[in-house]
Amino acid sequence: MAKAKTAKKAKTAKPARKKASRGVTLLVGTRKGAWFFSSDASRKKWRVEGPQFLGNIINHIVRDTRGGGTLLMAAKTGHLGPTIFRSTDKGKNWKEAGKPPAFHTVNGGGAPGGNGGRAVGHTFWLSPGHESEPGVWWAGTSPPGLFVSTDDGVSWESVDGFNENAMYAKWCPPDSGTPDGALLNQIVIDPRDARHMYLATSTAGVFETRDRARSWRPLNKNVEANFLPDPYPEFGQDAHFIALAPTNPDRLWQQNHCGIYRLDRPGEKWERIGNAMPKEVGDVGFTVVPHPRDDATAWVFPMDGTTVWPRTSPDGKPAVFRTRDAGQSWERQDKGFPKKQGWFTVKRQAFCGDGVKPAGLYLGTTSGEVWASTNEGGRFQQIAAHLPEIYSVVAVERL
Amino acid sequence: MSVTVVIPQQLRNYTAGAREVTAAGATVDDALTHLDRRFPGLRFRVVDEQNRIRQHMRIFVDGARVTEVGARVSPKGEVHIFGALTGG
Repeated sequence: MAKAKTAKKAKTAKPARKKASRGVTLLVGTRKGAWFFSSDASRKKWRVEGPQFLGNIINHIVRDTRGGGTLLMAAKTGHLGPTIFRSTDKGKNWKEAGKPPAFHTVNGGGAPGGNGGRAVGHTFWLSPGHESEPGVWWAGTSPPGLFVSTDDGVSWESVDGFNENAMYAKWCPPDSGTPDGALLNQIVIDPRDARHMYLATSTAGVFETRDRARSWRPLNKNVEANFLPDPYPEFGQDAHFIALAPTNPDRLWQQNHCGIYRLDRPGEKWERIGNAMPKEVGDVGFTVVPHPRDDATAWVFPMDGTTVWPRTSPDGKPAVFRTRDAGQSWERQDKGFPKKQGWFTVKRQAFCGDGVKPAGLYLGTTSGEVWASTNEGGRFQQIAAHLPEIYSVVAVERL
Repeated sequence: MSVTVVIPQQLRNYTAGAREVTAAGATVDDALTHLDRRFPGLRFRVVDEQNRIRQHMRIFVDGARVTEVGARVSPKGEVHIFGALTGG
């Protein structure tokens, strides 16, 4: 793995985003292309641009928040292999990465599959690197793989500390995974220290490194995996989504396959804060959104994990739930959503905030709707419908 | 050795819209590698990093399907690439 030139420890944590003054752009990735929705300063009026890359499967679109402004898009099609597209002009023009994420070729290639012959099926997650490392990006793939770029997303290298780890076959067995394949679904970087990172997988839960991805260890104590004989294993959990509190990077939120958790470092034991959710709703979901300024506040979007796991809004009544006391209690927020017959599913990267005051929330549904709240979940309005299945929604300052 | 490669519509944005292009090589892999130098990125959309033809791509050499990129091509032969059997 290439070394970053300027990795260093930062003294203080900063919020991930500053207050927007010009409105917000939502970067929406779908199963059939990409759309951008841009608001006015009030975030009440929205203008749509797109589709771009119609027919492409777009798992994630992310903007470099460190000042460079580069946009990266993780794409593939039903036929063609996966790639990364880059834009340095706010999405007007895109150019394909010269060397997309790919595992090492084994024995010259041609093997019939299995651990010896992994091939990236799709890139699922993109993250700009640490503030001190301009040009560095990280990518997570299916099958689970960690990749890094040190040239602003043009070329990508395998991160062997994870991909070639002696434990890889146990952490990421080839016969497990989501319907779209096993995932390395998130990469989170401690804003105080470029060497300190977390990642989330669908096969082995959460991992931590303190040496910039050279070595990893599971971080799953007290996290349930109710689909395994040992429901509290060292690894094997399905970590749907993790997020750091922007103003307190010692606080980790997790929406797991089995429930909602919080971990305050340097602690090691996750707390099942989803136990405080209403029993008729439960604490199954795909994602969690921390408040940009208040480390005790976060939102989740619960889904039905009963019986055969419909993964729809419980009882057909969509709602987000907010905690303002670090998960000791939750309040339902459903104004604007359908009162009944609303069978939303919101996937891992399809719920986000914007960092504006008051905080905006945005979610995209598998049925192609985009919903927005400009008052911290107090009321939602539908700003788009009839899109293809939405995979990701990322809010950035208006492009 | 020069062969004709027929490009499917899914890949013609790489070839500036051209349906047929010429490539040099004695195998399918040679031809794709040669094409990739002219049209960067094309090969990886068709063949993965283990040199396997991707699941929903099909390659025919002179009308016969091949399943490995090491398949030989005949002088002045035709390599036909298709995107096939995915959708929804």
